[in-house]
Amino acid sequence: MGKTFAEKIMAAKSGRRAVSASDIVTVKPDFVMSHDNSAAISKTFRGIGVDRVVCPEKVVIILDHCVPAASDKYANNHKVVREFVAEMGIENFFDINAGICHQVLPEQGFACPGELILGSDSHTTTYGAFGAFAAGIGRSEAAAIWATGELWLRVPETHRIEIEGRLPAGVSAKDVILSIIGQLGADGVLYKAVEFTGSAIDGMSLAGRMVLANMTVEMGGKIGYMTPNEETLTFVRSRSSRDFDVVTSDPDAQYERVIRYAAADFVPTLSCPHTVDNTAPVTDKAGMPFHQAVLGTCTNGRLEDLALAAQMLKGRQINPAVRLLVFPASQEVYRDAMRQGILADLADAGAVIMNSGCGPCLGAHEGVLADGEVCLSTANRNFKGRMGNPNAEVYLASPATVAASVLTGVITDPREILQGGGR
Amino acid sequence: MSTIKGKVWKYGDDINTDVIFPGKYTYTVSDPAEMARHAMEDLDPDFASQVQHGDVVVAGTNFGCGSSREQAASCLVAAGVGAVIAKSFSRIFFRNAINWGLPALQCPAAVDALQAGQEVTVDLERGCIEAGGQSWKFPELPAEVQGILTSGGLIPYLKAKYQKKA
Repeated sequence: MGKTFAEKIMAAKSGRRAVSASDIVTVKPDFVMSHDNSAAISKTFRGIGVDRVVCPEKVVIILDHCVPAASDKYANNHKVVREFVAEMGIENFFDINAGICHQVLPEQGFACPGELILGSDSHTTTYGAFGAFAAGIGRSEAAAIWATGELWLRVPETHRIEIEGRLPAGVSAKDVILSIIGQLGADGVLYKAVEFTGSAIDGMSLAGRMVLANMTVEMGGKIGYMTPNEETLTFVRSRSSRDFDVVTSDPDAQYERVIRYAAADFVPTLSCPHTVDNTAPVTDKAGMPFHQAVLGTCTNGRLEDLALAAQMLKGRQINPAVRLLVFPASQEVYRDAMRQGILADLADAGAVIMNSGCGPCLGAHEGVLADGEVCLSTANRNFKGRMGNPNAEVYLASPATVAASVLTGVITDPREILQGGGR
Repeated sequence: MSTIKGKVWKYGDDINTDVIFPGKYTYTVSDPAEMARHAMEDLDPDFASQVQHGDVVVAGTNFGCGSSREQAASCLVAAGVGAVIAKSFSRIFFRNAINWGLPALQCPAAVDALQAGQEVTVDLERGCIEAGGQSWKFPELPAEVQGILTSGGLIPYLKAKYQKKA
């Protein structure tokens, strides 16, 4: 019987000839990623009783969760990380001027097909868009890898999600994944590897593929994997000089479940408070007022997201009843968007352009909500208290829905605003 | 630690890490006593002030979904929670709990039967949960996982391993 992508990678990285779903294996990851939590990880590491990081070349550290530091506590935290990377000779360190880890890591060439990347952040699943096996772990586990170079993992069963056809105008990868999470539920693929296939995936932009992989964890998935398409391989080759093998599931591999969707059936979709799987078509909430909008995060802060919003807002003004915060996913995205006039168009429309980083997504700073406020965000989580205030509400949406809604000041179907969209 | 005895704190499905330990504290609160004071803050404001050593959190499906933040597990340990029993666990929370020596036990039948405030006993060696004259078996954890749990967590487990080598 054939093997799945997950079984092949787990076998290769554990040095076994073959493994099967539900086996427990000890693997050596190619890279281990951590962010601001590296300060806490370094303290845990020191408690293990080894002197040096065993594999400094495999450690990637990117400061992004609260950059620049919002208080003395955050500042001291960053200081601990800077001193630790200097002491341990960790060269793959990116300070506050790089951007969000899940954008910076692939930009810097650390995500190649067939590699195993573990990260002490749940959205580490993002690198599945590059054909890597990428999963989130805890802080102690990152410390354990720094000390030993290895970690135990359970080989996951695989669910295949097939999407055939073309997405309708005004509908993006974000609407697809929100809608799927709504249908399958927050634990719909708990502990499973998810493999996205089908013509809609083959033709999807790399930025869109990253959205699907990023949010696979919101339905419980361990990884979200796609066979790299030509755009992805071109990107990877331009960022990394490492040799790699594209690993794919065998045609006769055993899937626990296959779920099929027609791309044409997807519509602009929202996640309503306070869970990601509480989804509704944008049309159900059309006309609802809100206070703040966020365009950015590791889910939707890439150049194509900002460009689409700029195209919709260019030469217009956002409604004075709402405020729009824009967080490019990385400094590279920021500079590209600046040079292409995208940031100018957004700022001219009334947006506040922020630095690249996680911003208010996890409620630390830069746009925390007031009591009773409603935020429309392109982020990936809307849990109670997520944006720093349990008495506020967060709706998740696509960049197009956010752009359409800031123009009107109420939740708006982007197909009403987009050119040729029925006006 | 093989027997845990305490009161049941019962919650529903999809209890996420943001309501167990809010993100705004993840880089500013690290003292265990202070972490314990924020445990379950956005889910149950009474929890932190009333939870007793050995109490057991009982929840539905997908407990601990969301962020990878380890404090979702360690704040419960700091608050004195002896075990979490759920219909299912989010993957990273499950790992974090084991890595902190917090038993994370999957037992849907017990979850359905247990009531908030009820006295419950968890026997880790015999693999069973007992309350109100009823008893439920929970599935044995894989040997690798059991080793970490009985060492009191991943870091004590590694510490012991390196001390043995030295």
